[in-house]
Amino acid sequence: MPASGQASATSLPIGSDADLAWVRQQVRQCAAQLGFGLVQQTKVVTAASELARNTLVHGGGGRVEITPLDDGRTRGLRMRFTDEGPGIRDLDLAMTDGWTSGGGLGLGLSGAKRLVHEFAVDTEPGRGTTVTAVAWVTPVPSSRTGVG
Amino acid sequence: MDVPEQAAAGSAPQRVSGFFERRREQIAQRWADAPLFRSVFTVSRDEAVEACKAVVDALSDVTATGRIEDIGAPGFATVRRQLGGMAATRARTGCTSAQIADEVAALRGPAVELLREEFPDPSTADAHESVLALTLVMSTLRLVVMETALTEGADLIERQRQQLLEVATPVIKLWEGTVAVPLIGTLDSARSQVVMESLLEAIVDQRARYAILDITGVPTVDSLVAQHLMKTVAAARLMGAECIVSGIRPAIAQTIVQLGIDLGTVVTRASLADALAYALGRQGIEVSRADAGASAR
Ligand SMILES: Nc1ncnc2c1ncn2[C@@H]1O[C@H](COP(=O)(O)OP(=O)(O)OP(=O)(O)O)[C@@H](O)[C@H]1O
Ligand SMILES: [Mg+2]
Repeated sequence: MPASGQASATSLPIGSDADLAWVRQQVRQCAAQLGFGLVQQTKVVTAASELARNTLVHGGGGRVEITPLDDGRTRGLRMRFTDEGPGIRDLDLAMTDGWTSGGGLGLGLSGAKRLVHEFAVDTEPGRGTTVTAVAWVTPVPSSRTGVG
Repeated sequence: MDVPEQAAAGSAPQRVSGFFERRREQIAQRWADAPLFRSVFTVSRDEAVEACKAVVDALSDVTATGRIEDIGAPGFATVRRQLGGMAATRARTGCTSAQIADEVAALRGPAVELLREEFPDPSTADAHESVLALTLVMSTLRLVVMETALTEGADLIERQRQQLLEVATPVIKLWEGTVAVPLIGTLDSARSQVVMESLLEAIVDQRARYAILDITGVPTVDSLVAQHLMKTVAAARLMGAECIVSGIRPAIAQTIVQLGIDLGTVVTRASLADALAYALGRQGIEVSRADAGASAR
């Protein structure tokens, strides 16, 4: 993680539908400022919407930290969603397209992963869940380590 | 600052309660001239005095029970509405919350002055304790006003949100048998519920065979929005109408596909115009320019 990446992280609460709308707006604004194109903006905002809703609905609320990244070659955006909810017992299952524990489509986690370049889930039953997603302005080889 | 919760007979809060009762008239007269009451009851000073008396009575109740630091004390219940209304009036004239809080705080001075007059020797422990109790109950009153004002603000926002829900979802009749809903903004669960209900109602009322959901104004289509759209389409189908989703912008189309959402069973069109043309075509209606039609054939 380059030091410059920590430049100006924003932390937002996720506790209501109104908060979700605010998170989407902030992510869109941040992505636009970093130079993401319209399609990339739409993808990263949609991923944020999915993950923030999971934090709210499944995690019982939490926070997101939005951090602009700059590794010298390209710019990016890291979103880290944290909650202290029930955690995910079977992560492989949860990451399966179409699997839902509720009445959803079961596409939030797996779909969000496809919409960004780097994706990591850190979860422990009973302790909570942290999902980190990174998108770069231009696609890069998977050796990039923005998730860490 | 330890004031006993349970006021023993003759305790400071009880003495202050007696003071409120005895000097009700004088306190009310002085408060009626304070900015808070004067600026709310601009028409009639008698009304201001009456309002002040209600507050004095409430404070007398609260101090009698000794719960002088408790904003939930039952004694405040009788004046909560009145105080909330007064704060709202001040807020409407451009007062900030801090200014309103200051105005409530300004009521303390005149009351303390009157209380001091009751003690021949203001340096006794009794005098000090009574003034302290009065000061405490007056700051509790300030908290009650602020809390009431905040609650009313939240209620107002909720009411406006509800109103917005209704306003923001008009169902438009485009043609005999064809209705459309232009969706704008965030399609959360509450909104989609309203959209679905008004659309189904319109389908019945207008005997519509075709219903167009236009999402040009929806900035983000995630799995929940997609699910709401599909549910609405399915419900419309049950009512005997075919649904067309229009206005899916290129960036959204790419995102939906990558997200893994399958809109395969839903008829989609790029624009509202295309969706209307489709609906008309299905009803055997052809639209063409009057002159072009003449010269082309
Ligand atoms: N933050 C979280 N805390 C606990 N469980 C979670 C969390 N995020 C996801 N899950 C679990 O993973 C499952 C899959 O999540 P996913 O977002 O893919 O689908 P969904 O939320 O059920 O439906 P949708 O497609 O509407 O998002 C959820 O049903 C839930 O059981
Ligand atoms: Mg989800």
